[in-house]
Parts: sequence; structure tokens; C-alpha cells
Amino acid sequence: MNWMGRKWLILTILVIAVIIPQVVTNKYYMNILIMSGIWSIVALSLNLILGYTGQVNLAHGAFFGIGAYASALLMLKLNMSFWFALPLAAAIAGFFGFLIGLPALRTRGSYFAIGTLCFNIIVTLIVDRWEGVTEGARGLMGIPGPGPIPLPWGSEITFKTMAAQYYLVLCFLILTIFVLRRIIQSLVGRTFRAIRGNEELAEAVGIHAMRTKILSFTVSCFFAGVGGVLYASYIGFLSPEITDYHVSFDALIYVMIGGVGTIVGPIIGTLLIVTIPETLHIAAEFRLLLYGLILIVMIIYLPRGIVGWVKDLKGKRRQEVAWEKS
Amino acid sequence: MGEILTVQGLTRHFGGLAAVTDLSFDVRAGEILSLIGPNGAGKTTVFNLITGTLLPTRGKVFFQDHEITGLRPHQTTSFGIARTFQTTSLFYDETVMDNLIVSYHCRTRMGLWDALFHTGRSRADERQSRQKAEEILELIGLQDRAWELARNIPQESQKRLALGLALVTEPKLLLLDEPTGGLTEEENISMMALIQRVRTRGITILLIEHKMKIVMNISDRIVVLNYGEKIADGSPQEVGNNSAVIEAYLGAGYAET
Repeated sequence: MNWMGRKWLILTILVIAVIIPQVVTNKYYMNILIMSGIWSIVALSLNLILGYTGQVNLAHGAFFGIGAYASALLMLKLNMSFWFALPLAAAIAGFFGFLIGLPALRTRGSYFAIGTLCFNIIVTLIVDRWEGVTEGARGLMGIPGPGPIPLPWGSEITFKTMAAQYYLVLCFLILTIFVLRRIIQSLVGRTFRAIRGNEELAEAVGIHAMRTKILSFTVSCFFAGVGGVLYASYIGFLSPEITDYHVSFDALIYVMIGGVGTIVGPIIGTLLIVTIPETLHIAAEFRLLLYGLILIVMIIYLPRGIVGWVKDLKGKRRQEVAWEKS
Repeated sequence: MGEILTVQGLTRHFGGLAAVTDLSFDVRAGEILSLIGPNGAGKTTVFNLITGTLLPTRGKVFFQDHEITGLRPHQTTSFGIARTFQTTSLFYDETVMDNLIVSYHCRTRMGLWDALFHTGRSRADERQSRQKAEEILELIGLQDRAWELARNIPQESQKRLALGLALVTEPKLLLLDEPTGGLTEEENISMMALIQRVRTRGITILLIEHKMKIVMNISDRIVVLNYGEKIADGSPQEVGNNSAVIEAYLGAGYAET
């Protein structure tokens, strides 16, 4: 696709995304769309460390949960407004990523995966048992939504309707895409990919592998935290399950199915996996079975996910055209 | 000619095995110094010790009068020491051009904020990386393959690219680990010509090489290792006539004849 074609495609998708709440008034579908948006942010952020830096992080649920709980506690216990709690809670998630990254990123490959999985289980346990702060299994209730934004001429933007919540999530989704894209396409993003490609060589050409991995991990956890904050204020209730490693695996599946190491992949994966089972009304137990099956098939036949597969097809066609011309 | 690199009493043990024992030698600025020796003599270990991939058990390494013993590989690279690996090491899933651009990273200064806000520094760094990559691309003669994936180019081009990645880091000293391994006679000649061209740019070269014809032709001086110890050094002629060297390569008894 040429540059102009791509620009029009993005514009079209954006217009559709903006129009949707005007057409779809069904609350059930709006809910699915909002959740897809939140999970897309989480999947996109996971893809930075997983897809672009090549480190299999299985603790993304924990960082999502840390962001969610941190914002809920800031709003409930310190009466902070959503707009202050959001960046602060995301920063807390990022900071935890930084702290955990320091020891965990010294290990490579499956050791890093196991290390982060253990961290995730520990976080869930702490959230579950530290009742004085987190209310334990009873959960945190009555988390406020975002307060109204005053406009200069006396009116204000409120977030009481589903449509307003949807636009809020959409804004943060676009912001996440924008920021991650900027990073990925910069020289900094190139160093991430170098680590994924060959860490020893990356060090040999002068890239500080540890610092690079920690940077990627911290940014990744920051945006997982953003997803967590949006979730907390949208749902209004948090329980320890939301920090669970199941959340990590869900995010992993969205990324794997959509396309590891691509920008649109995680969004497509999330949309498919969140919307299809919901609309088909598949029971939860079967859903997990289906995920497992899909994941096995994907890893064997389409290791680069749907988007990677489409890219490969296009590349092949281009090669064939070049072959015929020569 | 002054020394660019000084190795003093370098020793490395792996458990009970002494891979390198009390090795000392100098590399003079502008020369091509070859490190030779039978398989397992510890040549690659010496490279790993100089670049910081391995820490020495004992001994010191000085580069341009700075002690660099124990520095990490990314630090020695920014000091101006670049290396290639015995098994061709590339970012195989990236294009030739992208391989070169990312390897210039150690000479750029932009960080996360520059990336996010497209600052002047980020634009300048991007432009400079691109320019440097194009310059090296021409030197290694891969302009026609700039946009191919590194995994899809022929083996000889991959070897050139591996050398290119080291050159992009703007080294003063280049450590080459068997740059002609697996190449044909013809390709050897063009690779050697390339190495000579690199040297005329003022880059000092420390070379590990097995093919004696090449070593004798290209080297200013040679250091011979056997079982991790230096058994001889000097000009190609001196080393070629050294009885200890002949013994190490051909076995005892050949030296007299």
C-alpha cells in the first residue's frame, strides 16, 4: 500500500470509530467496544516489550492491576481526581516495571518469562491478603469515574454516558498508538529491535542492552497502567482477579493472534477475541478451550499473527511481480 | 608508531582450565597484527577479554593509555574498539540498511523524549545515522542490496555486512575474528582488499585468521598462541622461521628438517 492509500485508510477507520456511538446505541455492544479499547491499550503496551524487544513478559496483568488499584486507592482514599490519578497511577505501574526489570531483565528467554510469571502471582497474593489497603477479596467498590472537564465558555465535558466513556477510551487508545509508534519508528525503537534480533551483537555494536530493555519495559508497564486506570474508573469495582496472570495470558493471546511486532496487530487481535466470543455467546469454559486451540494453531502456522501473515502475503506477491518483470 | 592497545599478563581460567595464560602484547597504531594458533589456542577468548564479553582472571588491558579492563562490551565499543564474530553475526530480520543504521547508535545522543517530540536532536541524529550507514554501505560494496533482508543476501555479502556493522561504530581498533571463514579463494582476495581499504582509513586491525597465505601476506606482525600462551611474535618472516611455531603447527620433529 502506498503512503497516500495508507493515510486514507487510517482516516476512514478514524471516522468510523468516531461515528460508531451515534449509530450503535445498544449498551451491550457499547460495553464490548469500550472493553476492546481498554484491552487494546494493554495489548499494544505488551507488544512493545514482547514483540519489539523480544522479552516474553508474563506479568502484564500485574502491571495492569497495579495501575488499576493505584488509581482506585488514590481516588478513594486520597480523594484525588481521576485526571491526577491517571498519570500518577500509570507512573506507579511504570516504576514497578522499572524495579522488577532491574533483576528480571538480567535473565534471558524462558527465565525472564518464568520470573515475571512468579512476580505476577506474588502481586495477586499481596492484593488478595493486604486487606487493610486493598479490601482483599471483597474488592474496592465505588471507584469514581472521570470528573467533568470545564470548558472556557461555561459548559463542560462530562463522562456520564456510554458514548462519552467510549470517546475517552478512544482518545487514550489513539494517544497510546501515537506514542508507541513514535518510539518504535525512532532510533530508540531500532535499538529495541536490535535486542530482539541478537542481544550479543547489539552489545558489541555499542548498545547498552540492560538500559534498553529496562526503558522498553518501563514504558510498556506505564501503558499497561493507563489501561488499568481506565478499566478501574469505567467498571467502578476492582477485585484481586483483575491482577491475575490470566489477564497476562489474555493480553498475550491478543498480541499473538493479531501479530507480534506490528502496530495494528494487537488491536485487531483484541477486537477479534473480545468481540467474537461475546457476540456468539460462547460459554466461558469453552472460550478458554478455544483460546488454547487457536493459540496452538497460530503458533504453528501463523507465528507472526494475522497482520504478519498478511504482510508476508503482500511481500510474496511483490516478489512474484518483480520476478515476472525481470 | 605508538601503541594503541596494550595487553599485560592477561589470564583467564574456566574452572580448572587455563584458556589464556599470562599473555602480553602490544598493537601499534595503524598496523595489521594477526593472532594465530592452532584450534583451541585461546584466540577468540583474547577477543572476548579485550572487548569485555569475558572478565579476565588476572591481567590488564589498556587502550590509548586508558585502562579498559573489565569494561562491558558496549563501553569498549564507545571507546573505539569494534569486533566481528567467528560465526557471522547480524540482525537477520532487518534490512542491510537497518542493520547499519542501528549499529551507529553508540555515536548518537537522542533519548526517549527526543523520539516522542521529534526534537531537532532526533532529526539530526537520524540524518547522521543514515549518512554514516550510506558511507559504509558504499565501502563494503552492498549498495545494491541495501533494502534486502540480511538473511536473504549471499554468505560473502553477509561477511561484508558483519564487517560493516563494526565499521559504522567508528572504531579506532577493529578486531576481526576469521573474516574469510567459509569463503572461496576468489572471495578471500576481495575480502582482503576490503580489509586493506579499511586500514587506509586509519583503523588499526587485530586479526584472527587460519589461512596462512593470507596471514603472511597481510600482516605487519604476528602473535602466535598455543594452549593459551604466547609462543612467538614478530614479523611474518621471523614467525615463519620460528621452531616453536613449526612445532606447534606440525608437531615435534619437523623443526629440525
